[in-house]
Amino acid sequence: MSQAILNHVTDSYLRSDVPDFRPGDTVKCSVRIREGQRERIQVFEGLVIKRQGGGVSETFTVRKISYGIGIERTFPVHTPALESIQVVRRGKVRRAKLNYIRNLSTKQARIKERR
Amino acid sequence: MAKGILGTKLGMTQVFNDAGKLVPVTVVQCEPNVVLQKKTIETDGYDAVKVGFKDKREALVSKPLKGQFKNANTTPKRYIKEIAGKELSNFEVGQEIKVNIFNEGEAVDVTGTSKGKGFQGVIKRHNQHRGPMSHGSHYHRLPGSMGSIDPNHVRPGKNLPGHMGFETVTIQNLEIVKVDIQENLLLVKGNVPGPRKGLVVIKNAVKHDKELAPLNPEDFVVVEAPEPVEEAPVEEAAPAEEAPAEEAPAEEAAPAEEAPAEEAAPAEEAAPAEEAPAEEAAPAEEAPAEEAAPAEEAPAEEAVPAEEAPAEDATAKEENEETPSSDEAKDDSSDEEKK
Repeated sequence: MSQAILNHVTDSYLRSDVPDFRPGDTVKCSVRIREGQRERIQVFEGLVIKRQGGGVSETFTVRKISYGIGIERTFPVHTPALESIQVVRRGKVRRAKLNYIRNLSTKQARIKERR
Repeated sequence: MAKGILGTKLGMTQVFNDAGKLVPVTVVQCEPNVVLQKKTIETDGYDAVKVGFKDKREALVSKPLKGQFKNANTTPKRYIKEIAGKELSNFEVGQEIKVNIFNEGEAVDVTGTSKGKGFQGVIKRHNQHRGPMSHGSHYHRLPGSMGSIDPNHVRPGKNLPGHMGFETVTIQNLEIVKVDIQENLLLVKGNVPGPRKGLVVIKNAVKHDKELAPLNPEDFVVVEAPEPVEEAPVEEAAPAEEAPAEEAPAEEAAPAEEAPAEEAAPAEEAAPAEEAPAEEAAPAEEAPAEEAAPAEEAPAEEAVPAEEAPAEDATAKEENEETPSSDEAKDDSSDEEKK
């Protein structure tokens, strides 16, 4: 009963426009950045290495290589701070968590495309 | 010295704030509390209201208590507590106190009974360290020395094993993240003492507002909304849109142009129509014949759901004026500038 009410509370915060994406996919995240009064969009594109949690608390981690340095950012899936999530490429992987990718060279870290 | 409400803890979850960050919240369900008795300085030596919360079976109630519930004309309540102070003194016996006595962003103190931990040693109970597990120390989780032999007794305050938990705990200065009047829910930022289904008392923070004026119960009368729309956006939107919308027709009526005159008419129609249900619930509210503006502004501050109707009317009107309705507040200001 109480769980039903908790779900009811969080329902209004869930986004309906989240695309279906999995670890291994490459996504383009448009992040809203507020600078004083102005708001602009910054794109963070990279490989989804994991999705964690469920419901309103679900998060996903995107990894990209920026100027030779690996950068990871974790976003809540349903956050209004993301303008949009676009799936650029679907990848074929056999793990739910791709943490091993961190230890691989760029060439080894290539992921086959899922058809 | 506070306004307060009783509730049960339902559990924790997360919601997004304006910046899109997840905020941990505890959901507290506060079914309307019923005022059972009012205490005053003259009769009792102090000011307080006694409130009851959560129904229970008739068979569980003693005869003296039954009389109290009968006086308040309500069903038997499981929890009865006093909330001291003058803030709730305008509420009459039998009247309901609802979650809308709190606003979003307000700081509150939450009191509950912590989870019982049973008989615990000093490491868990008093955060002491343990001794070495090896090298034959034979001293692992013991409480240590009882102190000097000189006083021939153990000094008071010596940390020893014993019962832990199940005590009254107050957490201060928690923020109200959301008030859901339809479901009688309060979302409090962070954690709250006690198990799920445990009783909690939510009061305004003692370290924030030292003195509050006595609340007016009519400000919190909830009128059934025509369409049940989301609470949060309405509460934010209503006060912003309401005030300019009321002023606008009045100013436009003066030039006596055709279009504004038409707008003024529907505004007057909308106002009494929305006033009528409010009248039923709260007879003391101002009569609809009076000026629309002051009568409506008072409930608008408390974001009563009935405000949705005029607020939407106002936006519709502004669109008729062929002004871009992306941001209502900006539109209103720009309208006034044109004049």
